[in-house]
Amino acid sequence: MSGTFVGMPAFPEAARAALADSQLRSNLAHATATIRAKRAAVVAEIEDWEELRVAGAAVKDNTLAHLDEHLVQLEAALTARGARVHWARDATEACAIVAQVARDHRVEEVVKVKSMATQEIGLNEALAAEGVAAWETDLAELIVQLGDDLPSHILVPAIHRNRAEIREIFVRRMKDVGRPAPDGLVDDPARLAEAARLHLREKFLRARMAVSGANFAVAETGTLVVVESEGNGRMCLTLPEVLVSVVGIEKVVPTWADLDVFLQLLPRSSTGERMNPYTSTWSGVTPGDGPQEVHVVLLDNGRTRALADEVGRQALRCIRCSACLNVCPVYERTGGHAYGSVYPGPIGAILNPLLRGPGVDAQVDSLPYASTLCGACFEACPVRIDIPTVLVELRAQVVDAHRPENRAGAPKPEAVAMKAAAWWLRSGDRLRRLERLSSAFGRVADRFGRRRLPGGRRALGRLPGAGAWTGARDLPAPPTESFRAWWRRTDGGRS
Amino acid sequence: MRVALSVTCVNDAMFPETGKAVVWLLRRLGVEVEFPAAQACCGQPMVNTGYLDEAVPVVRNYVSAFSGFDAVVTPSGSCAGSARHQHGLVARRSNDRSLVDAVASAPPTYELSEFLVDVLGVVDVGASFPHTVTYHPTCHSLRMLGVGDRPRRLLEAVRGLRLVELPAAEECCGFGGTFAVKNAEVSVAMGSDKARHVVDTGAEVLVAGDSSCLMHIGGLLSRQRAGVRVLHLAEVLAAQEGVVA
Repeated sequence: MSGTFVGMPAFPEAARAALADSQLRSNLAHATATIRAKRAAVVAEIEDWEELRVAGAAVKDNTLAHLDEHLVQLEAALTARGARVHWARDATEACAIVAQVARDHRVEEVVKVKSMATQEIGLNEALAAEGVAAWETDLAELIVQLGDDLPSHILVPAIHRNRAEIREIFVRRMKDVGRPAPDGLVDDPARLAEAARLHLREKFLRARMAVSGANFAVAETGTLVVVESEGNGRMCLTLPEVLVSVVGIEKVVPTWADLDVFLQLLPRSSTGERMNPYTSTWSGVTPGDGPQEVHVVLLDNGRTRALADEVGRQALRCIRCSACLNVCPVYERTGGHAYGSVYPGPIGAILNPLLRGPGVDAQVDSLPYASTLCGACFEACPVRIDIPTVLVELRAQVVDAHRPENRAGAPKPEAVAMKAAAWWLRSGDRLRRLERLSSAFGRVADRFGRRRLPGGRRALGRLPGAGAWTGARDLPAPPTESFRAWWRRTDGGRS
Repeated sequence: MRVALSVTCVNDAMFPETGKAVVWLLRRLGVEVEFPAAQACCGQPMVNTGYLDEAVPVVRNYVSAFSGFDAVVTPSGSCAGSARHQHGLVARRSNDRSLVDAVASAPPTYELSEFLVDVLGVVDVGASFPHTVTYHPTCHSLRMLGVGDRPRRLLEAVRGLRLVELPAAEECCGFGGTFAVKNAEVSVAMGSDKARHVVDTGAEVLVAGDSSCLMHIGGLLSRQRAGVRVLHLAEVLAAQEGVVA
């Protein structure tokens, strides 16, 4: 029922379409500014925030360094508590495991807790192909699903929608899949939430099987943890008889003590709250209480590939808080769909290429370039992922994957330009010769140019062949004398 | 102390007045900088676009041009960031032991405001600039180098200068090196918001510590006929009464 990112164009093209959508720009600017301010206020309250970030990064790094041991311990603890553990190499395997559980229980529908891992593997579409309807129960995911839309944010997947659009989606679509929207529904947030609650309630009470992800998996006790705001997750985790959780292998933490750090970092970074309203934990099966059949699917799907990348592996620290999206000036202008993945924004720009590898897909290869390297994401990241550094590393991997020795065909114009630039810029003498040419051009512009920049300098307007720069920006004409020529002529201004 | 000026390739070829301003300013403060003519570029354009192999000879030239000096001063936050945070990466990639050692023992590269405040210990540089000015902290000076409020303190000490707050000052202007052409539409969208904030301040002049960011914002302001001039921090700090910047 929801769309798919397959076949999305590369970032620059997708961004162009998003930039033209003024409603989207306005919705995003408003929403990200609101969350940014909330986050900044609650982070400022914590005196040792920086120490917490360092601790969070250290726990994740140490766990990732011994991931094999922690995963085996997690599996043993889960099994001992009555859960069935499955290992999935990729999306296809993971989806097949979940579908098999649904078949075993002859269910035609499942209720879902908001989960990035299941979005990543396209579980809803895979289940639909098996005749099983997967109902999203998180409010924002419900809006996306009912609107046949795609998520555009990790935490707030419907961030690109405003309340008038949400009302319209509810009125138009709820009746096709369950309880219709109440008559006379208005776009007041409380009324919209009530409509969602009424619509979802019948699904919660009817469903025999639920699917979730997990924010954390505690290895020592085999405990999965879901952190949420709405309580819909708690309903899914407690009411149905069968529960399947799809968990990325990087979600493991060794002990409950380690959770302490993340339960402080996550809510403040993501929703801008001191504490999230609902934290659900479960360890396998508790007889007579909650689901009596519990499955855990441990998902790789490129994570071991990312782990092998010395610079990029820090991306596996990510706790999916979305702080980097909310502070990213590129994300604020383009929204999440332009990234062509359920993981948009700065973290998506590194995570997708790390999971899938360079040189395979032009869309994925465009993502590390979807950033000005301004560094706002690194500053906001609660687990100190140095996103700008990883972006530069991934750009180098993309370039290397396209080098002539690795790929047939003509080199890209960019590669030719960079080689030329590197030739001219590797000695002062070469740069001096280049500047003699530019100064000659500057003298022509000085003689014949008509436009001037404020301050009097000659300006160049739209130039053929340089539209990418001069389409919207004037360019100063080159000066008639370079700095080095001036230094030489005047002995550094002394003569 | 032997101090070298790394003028940067962008200033050398396109904004010589910025380089001259650094020379005049430091001379007035008693520091005669040298200009090693072997210098060219710090390698940042190649590194940030992913062309690390191509960056190797560029970085090698930078390190060799400035070897033997006690300090390097540069009117660019991002080029200082490149020297301090990227040269090691490029050297390791080259597998050239001598380059790794040369980068490790290279003199420190200071961004101009760091050099003035931290090395020379001055905040009032004796400048006079009777204009209304707003200041954009460029991303690499702010977040890569952590120059903090040094540029602001320097500007606040300038005679006659009225500094007005730039809304959303710490948000990137959208230049981003090759991002400005690879993702031109997003770059322009970000720059247009920056330009709008600049115009909203009513300032006559926008000041920043990186000529490339100013070229981007200034190019938009000029195309929009906004009537706001952009100037490098060095040019404002070099300005004195009776001397036209």
